[in-house]
Amino acid sequence: MAYSDKVIDHYNNPRNVGALPKEDDNVGTGLVGAPECGDVMKLQIKVNSETEVIEDAKFKTFGCGSAIASSSLATEWVKGKTLSEALEIKNTDIVKELSLPPVKIHCSVLAEDAIKAAITDWKKKHDGNDNGK
Amino acid sequence: MVKLPIYMDNHATTPLDPRVLDAMMPYLTNKFGNAASRNHQFGWDAEQAVEESRKNIAALIGADPREIVITSGATESDNLAVKGVAWMYREKGDHIITAVTEHKAILDTCKHLEKDGFRVTFLPVQNNGLVDLDDLKRAITDKTILISIMTANNEVGVIQDIKEIGRIARERGVLFHTDAVQAGGKIPFDVNSMNVDLASFSAHKMYGPKGVGALYVRRRNPRVLLTPIIDGGGHERGMRSGTLNVPGIVGFGKAAELARLELPKESAEQFRLREKLRNTLERELDEIYINGDLQKRLPGNLNMSFAYVEGESLLMGIHDIAVSSGSACTSASLEPSYVLKALGVGEDLAHTSIRFGIGRFNTEEEVDYVANRVIETVRRLRELSPLYEMAKEGIDLKSVQWAAE
Repeated sequence: MAYSDKVIDHYNNPRNVGALPKEDDNVGTGLVGAPECGDVMKLQIKVNSETEVIEDAKFKTFGCGSAIASSSLATEWVKGKTLSEALEIKNTDIVKELSLPPVKIHCSVLAEDAIKAAITDWKKKHDGNDNGK
Repeated sequence: MVKLPIYMDNHATTPLDPRVLDAMMPYLTNKFGNAASRNHQFGWDAEQAVEESRKNIAALIGADPREIVITSGATESDNLAVKGVAWMYREKGDHIITAVTEHKAILDTCKHLEKDGFRVTFLPVQNNGLVDLDDLKRAITDKTILISIMTANNEVGVIQDIKEIGRIARERGVLFHTDAVQAGGKIPFDVNSMNVDLASFSAHKMYGPKGVGALYVRRRNPRVLLTPIIDGGGHERGMRSGTLNVPGIVGFGKAAELARLELPKESAEQFRLREKLRNTLERELDEIYINGDLQKRLPGNLNMSFAYVEGESLLMGIHDIAVSSGSACTSASLEPSYVLKALGVGEDLAHTSIRFGIGRFNTEEEVDYVANRVIETVRRLRELSPLYEMAKEGIDLKSVQWAAE
């Protein structure tokens, strides 16, 4: 299978690889996929609780080149966006940007799920705080 | 400097040996006769070349040339052996025994026969890839007409105990077929000492051309009869009609001759290179696992799982090296290898497997290059792997509740 230039670029130079402290109140972590399925993505966001702007994002991915590229792209896109803007990112946008073939669409779905899971995790931490106030 | 890309996928196919091409050339040009033309020089030349080649193919496996049926390749040989025996001996019985790790050419042929009313036992294999011979003995009934067990597996290279399986089959009066495609020319093979009644071979797995194969069919003790699956002009003693692929057969004959003469030296060299590759990888990387028995294995085969690194992404990182992966992502079905699954390799590790197939033309320099590239890429991808990070934190990945789709 031939990969698009953008997939190859993200694979060779993945953006925002790494980890943020999971326990940090401002960090939301999404872990999606399963080793048996051949794809696991961990996507983390650091959110300004005043503005709800995503100030930083990191990822690590076990998966094929397209999965790595999808999650790398997702971290690039969420940075600087507000949570509600980030929730607007659709897997089809990722498919289009990376020219993913039909058999790789699940990689983009997983990346969208990872963004949502990270935001949900962050909100869980903060809804908890709100309730406490 | 090593020449790129490097071909190390010799289970898929092998490059044509230049000496084979030289032998074929006249039959692709001015010696174009039909081997079935009985009344002129063109036909005689072609027929003589075919018979010389048949001798060489037979000599590689200790057979009589009259026991070699030329086919279009191993898939046809497997179909002819299994369907041909099933249809010919239907009166005698309706039961066939094979194993779950066979090539699709056997498995799908058997499934086809099940629809036609035959009963098929698909034997499991042990974790090392070998069939348990007690399972085999227990599976044989008085309705069993055929046992088909491959000599060497195309993914993990595991070599079955063919001699003993042949002995069991002979003792119980059951015909024994073996798909010897991966073994042919790679390890010693003798139809008589191994009690083999039918065996499939392919030219392009032994540095010959594609599109030509052979089925060994025993002529005596016992005499094996087959119902043909291709009808027509009655070529190949009625077992396989169709004009003979003369240049292909000449190439096959030359390839078989070279394999017979060079086998001892060649297999020792491939074993040495394979062991160097394995030892280097094992020294430099943790958590890598060999799939299938290490001892009973083709000399040039190494099938390994690199935990926490998905196979396709590893292949992408070593794109100047041609190897293959058992990862789902590399197959059309999105299922990881059924062979690894049968060996009890978990799906998580099946996704991380790579098959290296060292062949006649691989050099030590290439093996060193491959080892370095794999080590460097696995390390890089593990830095990217959340699973590796979790494992290093001491999290048991099996205990995690994965939010799978």
